[in-house]
Amino acid sequence: MTEQLSRFVQPGRVHRQIYTDPAIFALELERIFGAAWIYIGHESQVKNPGDYFATRIGRKPVVMTRDAGGKIHVVHNQCAHRGSLVVATESGNAAEFTCCYHGWTYHLDGRLKRVPLQHGYPGDFNPGDPNTAMVALPRVASYRGFVFASEAADGPGLEDFLGPMTASLDDMVDRAPEGEIEVAGGVFRHAYDANWKLYLENLCDAAHPIFTHRSSIEAALAQPDDAYSDGSGEIAIRQMRQNGAPYSFWESQVGIWTYPNGHSYLGDYHDDAKLVAALKDPVFRDYIAALEARKGKKEAQRVLEVRRWNSNVYPNLSFMSQFQQLRVVHPVAVDRTVVHTYNFRLKGAPDQMFRNTISFANTVNGTGSLVLTDDLEIYNRIRMGLSSEGAEWIEIGRGFDSDVPDGRGGRRGRNSTSEVYIRNMLDAWVGYMTTGAKGRTKPMRAAS
Amino acid sequence: MAKKQRPTRQKRPKPKRSAAPSRRRAARQPRRTARPAAHDPLGLADCERFLLQEARLLDEAKFDDWLALFTPDAWYWVPSQPDQPDPHETVSLIYDDRRLLETRVRRLASPRMYSQEPRSRTSRTIANVTIEEAQPTACTVRSKFVMIEFRRDSQRIFGGTAFHRLVRTENGLRIAWKRVDLVNCDAPMDGITIPF
Repeated sequence: MTEQLSRFVQPGRVHRQIYTDPAIFALELERIFGAAWIYIGHESQVKNPGDYFATRIGRKPVVMTRDAGGKIHVVHNQCAHRGSLVVATESGNAAEFTCCYHGWTYHLDGRLKRVPLQHGYPGDFNPGDPNTAMVALPRVASYRGFVFASEAADGPGLEDFLGPMTASLDDMVDRAPEGEIEVAGGVFRHAYDANWKLYLENLCDAAHPIFTHRSSIEAALAQPDDAYSDGSGEIAIRQMRQNGAPYSFWESQVGIWTYPNGHSYLGDYHDDAKLVAALKDPVFRDYIAALEARKGKKEAQRVLEVRRWNSNVYPNLSFMSQFQQLRVVHPVAVDRTVVHTYNFRLKGAPDQMFRNTISFANTVNGTGSLVLTDDLEIYNRIRMGLSSEGAEWIEIGRGFDSDVPDGRGGRRGRNSTSEVYIRNMLDAWVGYMTTGAKGRTKPMRAAS
Repeated sequence: MAKKQRPTRQKRPKPKRSAAPSRRRAARQPRRTARPAAHDPLGLADCERFLLQEARLLDEAKFDDWLALFTPDAWYWVPSQPDQPDPHETVSLIYDDRRLLETRVRRLASPRMYSQEPRSRTSRTIANVTIEEAQPTACTVRSKFVMIEFRRDSQRIFGGTAFHRLVRTENGLRIAWKRVDLVNCDAPMDGITIPF
């Protein structure tokens, strides 16, 4: 099977089966989600000792906790007794976790604390056994507050895994005048009936907005600006209009960068002169003033000149620093995916900045968004189209002949319309699927 | 092959009578709220009739006519959380100020709105209508709704509580704001394209 798997990805093309085959999906959960560093959540979601946040790695329910000493853990959400889910609410604060079936009780780091009727078990029953526990993930690490966990006991460290993507995460934090960010403003949970890989494969796709999002672009272009807005509609409409930038814009002003392990980002799409909160906007001017006051003019300028739009950390994370958005991809089945999207508040920024973040989130990540709904339709149509079993190979060759090496060990497209970031994800896919976590140190070039 | 029936955008038929409340008729009907008449100029029956008319416009995909029911500074809100306090500090499944609501409705008419190709068909039932708060020319109406949406090959059911702020204008009743609390607002959900 392993040898066969590498044949699904070839230079400039990928076999349709990796998006439709339940057996391949099961292997992905084991070899990708069971091996790579998987984004779990942000430290601000477990701010205080005892705080917990329940989520999933692949389809496995896990819990991120902060213990009394302030240390963050990620443990499997499964009682060691009869296997019941222990933590049933998404977030909260607890001194310990107690299973509602027979009362087995656990420390926040997952170790077993108390077992009712313990005298009844055989003499060799050891409640201190780390496997008789809410089993802890072998590796948990945080980069500037972003918590990742890996089910692989060994492999590259988190920073090695992230590579040049650390700069994208830095940008999420550095934009806060007080140098700190927090998850705030709720969560969207949107779903579609198609494969999980399609989501990240779309987020840096600069060639689709003018086509897929045409209805919202045209509706926004036709919208009279004198209709009443409390500010939120204004942001939404400006973003929709920007989606209508012609191919020439994407081919001349925007870039796509890719790095080992499947990571990528779309850059130079927005600079702060083009931002929805544009330079002349009084809120944005207040923000710049706050940034300069805390960090100095030079550092503020450096921060504002980072122009990364969507950054994708393969396989389950995408985020965007300029409007403080973060998306987590949860594969549910080979043909079902749920995506959770979060917002961050920049500490020390004007209150209105966060309101703009919310308006922007509603526009691009909202379940009822005028933009995202057409993306969800595309994913659904890809599932339906692939079931036709017509063309056997899917083309991912745009830019294939013109991509260039990047000085930091990656490759970039000559311009943003290159599909280099999809080829790069599939290179990583082949690496994980055929050689496991260890193979990732040797960059694969299956698709590119 | 018979063409599937598809909602088309037509001119709204001329209403037989004004949507404005009739004091005379309201006076003849038995009162359904305990409020004294002086504080209840918008009768429950008028409000109910208005909500049914609104639901009918939406079911018939007459979105332009639906938009015309809103005041020029109206907002339309579907929160993402139960008891969500406001639409500015927390994300919403939909939060449209008047300008964005106009854009939303314009997009609904686009043949290139791929998430509405094929179109949805919907069926709404409105019930449990009560007047929560009333002033001489405005009131807040609470109602329960069930909306069945059928599209392509599957059917979804939405349900919850709607709040309408209705104001009397010279053109009849208008919606100053509308809030729709879905019972499953925080569930993982496929895209929402048809307003509730």
